[in-house]
Amino acid sequence: MAARRCLGLWFFLITLCVVSTGADVLHTTPVTGTESSAAGTETVVARELPEAPSDPGEHTAAEPTREGEQNDRTRGGEQTLGQPTREEEQEQEKTREGEQTPAQPTREEEEEEEEQEQTRGEEEFTREEEEEELTREEEELTTEEEELTREEEEQTREEEELTTEEEELTTEEEELTREEEEQTREEEEEQQTTAQQEEQTKRWEATELEEEHVHDAAVPPLAGDPPAADPPSPPPSKDDFQEELVIRPLHSGDIYASFQFRTVWDADFMGDQKVSHYRLFPKSLGQVITKFSVRELHISFTQGYWRTMQWGQPYLPSPPGAELWVWFQDTVTDVDGTWKELTNVLSGIFCASLNFIDSTNTVQPSASFKPLGIGNVTDHSFLRYATLPREIVCTENLTPWKKLLPCGSKAGLSVLLKSEKLFHSTFHSQAVHVRPVCQDPQCRTTSMELRQTLNVVFDLHTSGQGKREWSLFKMFSRTLTEACPLASSSKVYVDVTDNPQGEQFELSPATPLLTQAVVLGDRRTYSVYDLTQQASFGSSRSLNMLLRWKAADGEMLRPLLHSERYVAGYGLQAGEIHTLIYNHHPYRAFPVLLLSAVPWYLRLYIHTLTVSSKGKDNRPSYIHYQPSKDRERPHLLEMLLQLPPNSVTEVTVEFERALLKWTEYTPDPNHGFYVGSSVISALVPSVVAMDTNSTLDRPLFSSFFPCKEEASYFMRVYTEPLLVNLPTPDFSMPYNVICLTCTVVAVGYGSLYNLLTRTFQVDEPSPGLAKRIANVIRRFRGVPLL
Amino acid sequence: MGLLSDPNRRRALIGMLTRLNAPICMICYMAGVAWFMGLAFEPFTLRTYMSENAMGSTMVEERFPAGERALATGREFAAHKKKTGGMPVDWLVRTMQARGLEVYTQRFSRKLPFPDEDKERYMVKGTNVYGILRAPRAPRTEALVLSAPCSPGNENNQAVGILLGLAQYFRSQIYWAKDIIFLVNEHDLIGMQAWLEGYHHTNTTGMDWSPLQGRGGSIQAALSLELSSDVVTSLDLVLEGLNGQLPNLDLANLFYAFCQKIGVLCTTQGKLPRNDWDTTSGYSHAVQTMMLMVLKQASSRPWGDHGLFLRYHIEAASIKGVNSFRPYKTDATTVGRLLEGMYRKLNNLLERLHQSYFFYLMPSLTRFVSIGYYMPAFGLLALILLLRALDLWVQLSSPPTRTTEDGVEVVPASPGVLSILTPLVISHLTGVALYTLPVLSQELAVEHFPVSETEAVVLTAIAIYTGGTRSHDTHRLLAGEGTEQGWKVLKLVAVLYLAVLLGCTALINFSLGFILALTLVPLAAFITPHVPKTLSAVVMVILSPGLTLLFAVFFFQELQETPVTLQEGWMLYLSVISQGILDHALYGSLLYPLAALLVYPCWLLFWNILFWK
Repeated sequence: MAARRCLGLWFFLITLCVVSTGADVLHTTPVTGTESSAAGTETVVARELPEAPSDPGEHTAAEPTREGEQNDRTRGGEQTLGQPTREEEQEQEKTREGEQTPAQPTREEEEEEEEQEQTRGEEEFTREEEEEELTREEEELTTEEEELTREEEEQTREEEELTTEEEELTTEEEELTREEEEQTREEEEEQQTTAQQEEQTKRWEATELEEEHVHDAAVPPLAGDPPAADPPSPPPSKDDFQEELVIRPLHSGDIYASFQFRTVWDADFMGDQKVSHYRLFPKSLGQVITKFSVRELHISFTQGYWRTMQWGQPYLPSPPGAELWVWFQDTVTDVDGTWKELTNVLSGIFCASLNFIDSTNTVQPSASFKPLGIGNVTDHSFLRYATLPREIVCTENLTPWKKLLPCGSKAGLSVLLKSEKLFHSTFHSQAVHVRPVCQDPQCRTTSMELRQTLNVVFDLHTSGQGKREWSLFKMFSRTLTEACPLASSSKVYVDVTDNPQGEQFELSPATPLLTQAVVLGDRRTYSVYDLTQQASFGSSRSLNMLLRWKAADGEMLRPLLHSERYVAGYGLQAGEIHTLIYNHHPYRAFPVLLLSAVPWYLRLYIHTLTVSSKGKDNRPSYIHYQPSKDRERPHLLEMLLQLPPNSVTEVTVEFERALLKWTEYTPDPNHGFYVGSSVISALVPSVVAMDTNSTLDRPLFSSFFPCKEEASYFMRVYTEPLLVNLPTPDFSMPYNVICLTCTVVAVGYGSLYNLLTRTFQVDEPSPGLAKRIANVIRRFRGVPLL
Repeated sequence: MGLLSDPNRRRALIGMLTRLNAPICMICYMAGVAWFMGLAFEPFTLRTYMSENAMGSTMVEERFPAGERALATGREFAAHKKKTGGMPVDWLVRTMQARGLEVYTQRFSRKLPFPDEDKERYMVKGTNVYGILRAPRAPRTEALVLSAPCSPGNENNQAVGILLGLAQYFRSQIYWAKDIIFLVNEHDLIGMQAWLEGYHHTNTTGMDWSPLQGRGGSIQAALSLELSSDVVTSLDLVLEGLNGQLPNLDLANLFYAFCQKIGVLCTTQGKLPRNDWDTTSGYSHAVQTMMLMVLKQASSRPWGDHGLFLRYHIEAASIKGVNSFRPYKTDATTVGRLLEGMYRKLNNLLERLHQSYFFYLMPSLTRFVSIGYYMPAFGLLALILLLRALDLWVQLSSPPTRTTEDGVEVVPASPGVLSILTPLVISHLTGVALYTLPVLSQELAVEHFPVSETEAVVLTAIAIYTGGTRSHDTHRLLAGEGTEQGWKVLKLVAVLYLAVLLGCTALINFSLGFILALTLVPLAAFITPHVPKTLSAVVMVILSPGLTLLFAVFFFQELQETPVTLQEGWMLYLSVISQGILDHALYGSLLYPLAALLVYPCWLLFWNILFWK
C-alpha cells in the first residue's frame, strides 16, 4: 500500500520534473556512458560511437535517424494511440479484479487518480518527445522519463491478465506466486512479505508485458532480451519468423552461445476448419498439434549438465537427457492414450527414444509445471511430464531439429549449426517449445508460437591453442554472411555487461548498438549486430566476431540458487537420496518448489523424509506425494519449501532397492539405473533488487523504498540425474546357474523327497538261487510257490 | 541316494566312516595342504586375460608428454609442503584451479582410540583437496578417481606431481565420458576414509568431516599412486583391500596389459613374473608370491589407499613406484603414459567392472587362481570337521552298553544343558572382555604401570588372552562334574561351531579362513580329555590364534626377504596387534572382532575339552 502511494508520488514528481526541464533536453549533449541508462531496464538505446565505422557517409546519416524514428513510432505511436484502449482494458480489468479480490477497491480508486495524473503528464511528455525526435540520446533525464513511462505503464496494466506474448518465465512465475499465495492462505500464515512480493512480481511482469506490447508487431524479446533498433515492422502477415543468437562470455574463459528461432503463426489449430497450408510453420509439428489436441508442448534434448556455479544461469534450463512435457486441450478424453501416441510420433520426428516414455516414467506434477502460453487451464490431469535421463543426444537429433527451421541450415544463423563443432563442446541442449500466444493486445484470438532453442557452451581448455579468445569461426567453423531471408528479424547479441570500458575483453568488430535488459534478475548490457542490415557485415561481407580476453579470470557473481543431489550409503540394499538446495542470498528467504520423480524400483520410505536448513527442521508448506506402483508408475514428490537466507536446505529420503525380474534388467545392468533430475522451480530475488547501494547512478528519491520492479524472477534449476546400482544377478553365467539349479533339484530335492515319501518295510531276505530255480519249476507245474 | 535310504548300506557307510575316521582325516588334511601348494604350480593355474570387452579390443595411443613438467610440479609441491609443514592446501587449490578443475576441500579430524606409535599420531586433523575434471557433455553420473597421498617427509611428491600433470593434460582432451576426480589426501588412509565417507555421506567409524561440496556421481574405478622417485625401475600393483576384499581382476589385467605395451617392469607383491615354472626355484618363487598375497589378504587391512574404496564397491588398486638397483629405469613420462592409457580404457567402460573374477589368488601377475580352484583346498580341511562331527554324533546316538546291568543305568545320563552352556558362555564372555577391555582400560593401565597407552592396550590384550585359558576352572564350579557324554556333546558343538565359523570366513576372506583352518582343524580333530595333558596343552597353545599371528609375522618377514631377529619380531608382533585394533577402530576392519569374539572363544572350547574332568 505504502509502496503504491510512493510510486504515485514519485511519478508525479518526475512528470513535473520532466516537464520543467523539457527545454533543456534539446540542448543536452549526448553522453557516451551506458551507466546513465542503466536505470531504464527494458529500453532501447541507440548509441553512436564517436569513432564512425568504415563508410561514414551512409551509416552515420541513416542509422540514428532510422533508429529514432522507429523508436518513436513504436513507442510514441503506441502510447498516443493505444491510450484509450488501455484505459478501457484497465477498466475491464478493474471490474474483474474487483470481483475477484474484494480487498482492493480503495486502492484501485487511488490508483485511478494517480494514473490520470500520470497520463496527463505523459501526454505532455510525448509531445515533447516528438519534438526532439532526432536527437534523442540516452541521458539522465531520458532515463528517468523512460523509467517513468515504464512505471506508468506497469501501473496501468498491473492487474491485467497475462494474455499477450510474454516471456515464459513470467507466466510461470505468476503461477508459482499464485500457488504460493493459495498455499499461504490455506495455512493462514500469510505474511506481509508474500503479498509484497507478489505485488512486485506482477509489476515486473507488467513491465515485460509492456515492453512486448511496444514491439508487438516487430520483435518481442527472446530469452528476456529486448530488441534493439527494430527494423520496420513488416506488413501484418499470417506468420512471422525471427532468429537470434546470444553470446555470453563466461568468466571461466568458456563461452555460451544461445540460439533462438521463433515462428509465430496466426492459425487456429483447434478451430473447425483444418489447417492445411503451411508456410513457415513446420507441417510435421502442426499436424501433431492438431491430431493430438496439444495445447503446449515442450521438449528438450540435452547432452551434459549445466554448471550453475561456473556458468551462472542458463537462458533456458533443461535437464540432462530428454525432457518432454505437454499440456493437452481440455477436450481430450483419453489423456494417457493420447500421450502414448504422441510420444511415439515425436520419437519418430526427432529420431529420439521418446517411445520409451511410458507410465513408469510419466508423472503429473501438480504445481511445478504450469502452462507458459495463454489459457487458464490449470487442471493438471491434462499435463504429462516425463524425462529420459539416459537419452544420448547427437547429430541424428540435430538434423530433424534443423529441418523444422524455415531456412533449414542454408541461410541465416542456422548455418552455424554444424554438428562437428556443436558436439565438440561441453554442453549441448536443443529444445522445441510450442505454445499459444496472443495475436494482438486485446487477445481476441491466439497464435501458435514455435520456439526452437539451441544452447551450447564451448570450453576454453579443450579447444586447444590455449589462447583466450573466441570468434564465431573458432566456435562454429563458419561465419555469418546473411540473415535468413524469411526472417523478419535476425540479430546477434553479445553480453558486454562486465565489460563496459572494454577492460575484460575486446570485441571486434565494434557495434554501435547497445541494448539493456533485465535477464534472470540481473541487468545486462548487450552489443547488437543486426544481420538484416548490410552494415553489420562490414567490407568483408561476413561477420566473424572476435572476443579477445585481456584480463585473467574475473569474479562471477555467485548464483543465488543452486542445487546438488547424490545417493548416500553403500551396499546394494538401502540408500538415501540427498538433495541440497543452496540459497546464497545474504538476507532474503524465498520459496522453491521441489519436484522429484523417482522410478518405482527405488522404494522410497516416505516416513524418512526430512527437510532441514541450518540444522533445524524446515517444514514444507505443501507436500504432494504420490506413491509408486510396481511396474506401473513412479513416485512423485512435490514440495513447497521456504529457503532461509544464506543457507543450505537438505532434503533426504531413504529408499530400498528392489530386485527386478530377470527380463526387466537392461542389457547393461551393471551400468546402473538412472533416476531423473529433480526440478526446482523458484522465485529468486533479483540481483538488481539485492543491490542496496544503488544510489550511484540514480536520483536519491528513486531509491528510498525497497520496492523495485524486478524484485524477483522465476528460475528453474535441474539437479544431476542419479545413477543407482540395483542388485544384479550374474547374467554371464546362465550355464552355471542352470547346472547348479538342476543339480540342486535332482540331488538335493530328489533324495529328500524320496526319503520323506518312501514307506519303509522290512523286506524278506531274498531267496537263494536253489529256491528260485525250484520256484520256476513249481510255476511250470502249477504248484503253489515256496 | 539309495545309499542313504537303504538302512543297511547306510549303516555300512557310517560304520566305515567311523572306523576309518582318523586315517580319512589325515588324508584330507594332507590333500588340502597339497592342493593349496599345487595352486602355485603353473600348469594348474590359468593365464590372466581381459574379460571386459570395452577395455579389451581397442588399444589407445597414449600421448602424455609432460613428465618433466610433472616432476617440476612435484618439486614445487615438495617445497610448499616443507614450507607449510603439512599439506599445502592453498597452493594445491590454486594449482588445480589453474589447470581448469573444479576444486574443493574437505576438513576432517579424528581422535584415535589410543596413540598410533608406528605413524606417531593421536589427534589427527587434516584437509583433503580434490579437483573434479568435468567430462564434457556428461551428466555427472559417473566418475573415476586418481588419488595420491600427501605423505609426511619427502615421500610421494612425484606422485602428486604426476597427478597434477595428468590433470592438466586430461583437461585439454575432449573424449572424457566420466568425470575424473584428482584427490590429494592427507594422513593417507584416515584422509581417504574421511573423503570416502564424505562422498557417500555415511559415517561408519565416527570420524568428523566437513561435507563435500562437489561430487561426480557414482565412482566406477579408482587408482592410487605412490611414487617417491623421479625414475622407477618397476611398478608394483597392490590389490589387497580392507577385509581381504580384492578389486575385479580386470583391473590387474589392465595394468599388466599396459605395462606390457609400454614396456615397464611390473610386479605384484614386489615379485616379477617368471617363466621357469618347471624349476624348483621358479616354483618356490610362485609359492612365495602367492603366500605373500595370502598373508596380506588374511591380515584384513588395506595395503594401500585403494583398500578403502572396495567397501563401496569401487574397483581400486594402488600403483607403487619401486626404485631399486636394477639398471633399466622408467621415467615419469612413461609412468604418466601408462596411467593415461589406463584412464582412457576405464573411461571407455560402459558398465562397472564385473566381467572378471572378484575372488582370486595371484601366484604371479600373469597367472591367477580363481575361487573354483582354491576352494577345494579349504573344503578338504573343512571336511575333517564334518567327519569328526559325524563320528561324535554316532558315538552319542549309540552309547556303548554299560557294565552295570541294573536296568536303570543302561542309558548314561544325558549331560545337563548347564554343563554345555557354561563353557560356551564363559568362553564368549572372555572374548567380549578381550574385545572391549584393552581400549577401555588403557588409562587405568597407564596409571598403574610404567607403559605408554599403546603398550598398555597391547599388553592388556595379551594378558586377557592368556588369562582366558584359566576359564576352564570356573565352569566346573558352576556345572559340577563333567561326564563322558558331556565333553562329547561339547566337542560336537565346538566342532560344528568351528566348521560354520571357518566356512563363513573362507567365503568372505579365503586366506584368513584357510590359515585359521590350517591351525585349528588338527587341534579340533584330536583334542579329547584322554590325550596326554601337558603335551597337548603345548600343542594347543602353539596352534592358538594368537601364536598363529606371531608365526605369520615371522613368515611374512621371511617371504619379504627382510628376516627379523626374535626380539624385533616380538616388537613387530606387538605393533601388529595394536595396528589390528586401530584398523578396526579407524576403518572397520573385521579381523580383530572376529578373532576376539568368535575364533578365540572357539579355541577356548577346545581348551575346555582338554581339561575336562
